[in-house]
Amino acid sequence: MKKVFVQGAIPPEKIAQSVANHQSKTNIGAHSIFLGQIRADVVDGKTVAAIEYTAYEEMAEKVFHEIREAAFSKFDITCAHIYHSLGTVKIGELCMFVFTSSAHRKIAIEATNYFVQEIKSKVPVFGKEIFEDETHQWKVNN
Amino acid sequence: MKVTIKYFGLVAEAAGKNEEVFNFEGTLTSGELKNKCLDQLSILDRDSVQVAVNQNLDDTIEIKEGDEVALLPPFAGG
Repeated sequence: MKKVFVQGAIPPEKIAQSVANHQSKTNIGAHSIFLGQIRADVVDGKTVAAIEYTAYEEMAEKVFHEIREAAFSKFDITCAHIYHSLGTVKIGELCMFVFTSSAHRKIAIEATNYFVQEIKSKVPVFGKEIFEDETHQWKVNN
Repeated sequence: MKVTIKYFGLVAEAAGKNEEVFNFEGTLTSGELKNKCLDQLSILDRDSVQVAVNQNLDDTIEIKEGDEVALLPPFAGG
């Protein structure tokens, strides 16, 4: 199985390359892409400068695989790719890339939403929000 | 019994380490083991921390020698 985790930010070029890689699959009629970008949140007057991601990697890879299996049984998608950062990702940079493809747009969009929801709620990834003054707090998904 | 407990995120920060060998007598469920560890680390918000045994979330299973136990603070992926 392909590894989900990448070290550091996901380069925007990876998105273009992924699209290019699917142009030979002519049964696809729609791609749906979700990109998570690090936001410069302000908490008590302090601005987030970066998020440092860590994970329980062995369990996370297992859960990613389970989510993928469930998505393929729920949705008529042609393919699905997920990438998530580990390590430090600065504000404005990308930390997650979900890419699903299907014959028709509705299925691809629903599948992408499903992946994002499941990843946020089930995958043991932890985020340390580092402020500009180098203090930090731990991020919690809502 | 000896089990290795893996710490992540704010739990690892509170412990100052990523894992620890925990010794105990008799039997403990994963939830009881979690509470003992969190007490030692002075983490008061027990409900926010989940426990995984052999990579499955489960706070009721009886811990056996050699299990891989992990304490997982709130998830923040995406």
